[in-house]
Amino acid sequence: METIIKGKVIVLDNNIDTDQIYPGRFLEIVNPQEIGTHCLSGVDENIAKNFKKGDIVVAGTNFGCGSSREHAPIALLNMGASLVLADSFARIFFRNSINLGLPLLVCKGISRVLSDGDEIEVDIVEGTVKILKTGEILQADKIGEYAMSILEAGGIKPLFRERMKG
Amino acid sequence: MHAIEKILAKNSGKKSVRTGEIVMAKVDFAQVNDLYLQTIYSFREMNGKKVWDKDRAAFVFDHYAPAPTIKSAQIHKEMREFAGENELTYHFDVNAGVCHQVLTEAGLIYPGAIIVATDSHTTTHGALGAMGTGVGATDMATILISGELWFRVPEIIEIRIEGTPHPGIMPKDVILYIMGQMRADGAVYKAIDFTGSYIDNLGVSERMVLCNMAVEMGAKTAYMQPNEKVLKYAEQRAVRPFEVQYTDEDFQYSESYHFDVTNLSVQVAVPHSVDNVFPLNDTEKVKIDQGFIGTCTGGRLDDLKAGADIIRGKKINKDVRLLIIPASAEVMQEAIVKGYIQDFINAGATISTPGCGPCLSAHEGVLAPGEVCVTASNRNFPGRMGSNKSKIYLASPATVAASALTGYLTNPCDL
Ligand code: SF4
Repeated sequence: METIIKGKVIVLDNNIDTDQIYPGRFLEIVNPQEIGTHCLSGVDENIAKNFKKGDIVVAGTNFGCGSSREHAPIALLNMGASLVLADSFARIFFRNSINLGLPLLVCKGISRVLSDGDEIEVDIVEGTVKILKTGEILQADKIGEYAMSILEAGGIKPLFRERMKG
Repeated sequence: MHAIEKILAKNSGKKSVRTGEIVMAKVDFAQVNDLYLQTIYSFREMNGKKVWDKDRAAFVFDHYAPAPTIKSAQIHKEMREFAGENELTYHFDVNAGVCHQVLTEAGLIYPGAIIVATDSHTTTHGALGAMGTGVGATDMATILISGELWFRVPEIIEIRIEGTPHPGIMPKDVILYIMGQMRADGAVYKAIDFTGSYIDNLGVSERMVLCNMAVEMGAKTAYMQPNEKVLKYAEQRAVRPFEVQYTDEDFQYSESYHFDVTNLSVQVAVPHSVDNVFPLNDTEKVKIDQGFIGTCTGGRLDDLKAGADIIRGKKINKDVRLLIIPASAEVMQEAIVKGYIQDFINAGATISTPGCGPCLSAHEGVLAPGEVCVTASNRNFPGRMGSNKSKIYLASPATVAASALTGYLTNPCDL
């Protein structure tokens, strides 16, 4: 797994819920690519269209609150998000993202220091976030050991497949 | 230790657990609803062969009951086939109702159990002294394979509620008020223990309203120590023997909040967030297009009774649709016997199949742009019940019924 991630950011508000990340009316869709095209359409329908693969989503507090739908991280992954940074995350969303191999870091205050289009470089093992235009470095919470082992395996599915063998 | 910690310890084969520790715990019952076909795909992708215990997992078809589209019909079909192949003892098809309600009625929820479902409102089961929590499809698939799940032992906060509210003030008003005070991120990742004299007096269905909405504060789970009413309910229904856990007297909560509801007024959460709560009488005049009594929050017999008592013998406003969706087939039958359904039909309401209905815009009764709905459900996020440009007010079933009569957001105590 890539542990240094560099990209441009889009910055979202506090309390972005799973209906805004992936509206309920699209829940029947199972094709991951198609799911990606509706990502964040509850915030603005143009976000997914304009999103470049590898870019980073930054949000305020309680990102991913609401339902337990896995479509939310699936949509983010397939829109091309390489990483999500937020002031805080909702619990089920956090678990789902780790399970699906979408890295995410809690970095308090991050949504206030960045604006759309800023470029950052993040070390997800060390939890450091470097803002390229100013050189400023912020410290995020480190991902716990167990969660990190899931991410390193590429998500819980490969991990479980191994376990099923042994 | 707290009762929740004792439940986690027991199911992970330990004498004790401490906050922050990660434990692998056995799941007493796993439930998959019909939004989560991905569970089956993940199960197969992980080389799952058979569900670990055919008596401890079930599908509930509630969000798309009965199937409104070809795609959702296909989802049901694949789930039915999977349930059949695995010879699952329990199966709740489109004739059953909302998952949290039907599992409770079927005796699959009882004190001391760990319940995991692919639904965030699984916190509801704290009402029976069980530990309920929601997960996504892939977490669920790992449970179907192994019967276990990893849990972080949560911080436990106490929400103590004292007092007896005035008649007409429903549990929904109480929890909306508390939401407003605690905010939508007031308990993220934590467990909430509801205590106090108000809770001690509540029955199962009323308790479920509060625990249901605990997740709207971000809680991982909710708990209420079972009282006589709960024990009686569980003893009549539980499919297997159970053990009630009790919190030790010296247990220290990580935080404690106290509320007194003696003089609480009717509350409403205004668009577009669950914690945007005001006394109804402080809000401006709001014209409504639709009222909705239903869901895992506000679709039980108590809720239908509260609505029926208000509309009985009257007609709803000609510009309003009033949608009544009982939370389960059992609730529907009781409501028929008690005459509530007849009351609603006489008043001009629309009755629909037990299930989630328009609660998350997957089924009948969704909203057009610009429309306003007052609902007994639990979320008023933008677009939750249809168009992004519609507006949702969360209120008690009594408030919904009163508003349907007048056509405006109306305090049932003022009628
Ligand atoms: S009734 Fe609403 S909140 Fe409850 S399970 Fe169904 S969609 Fe979710």
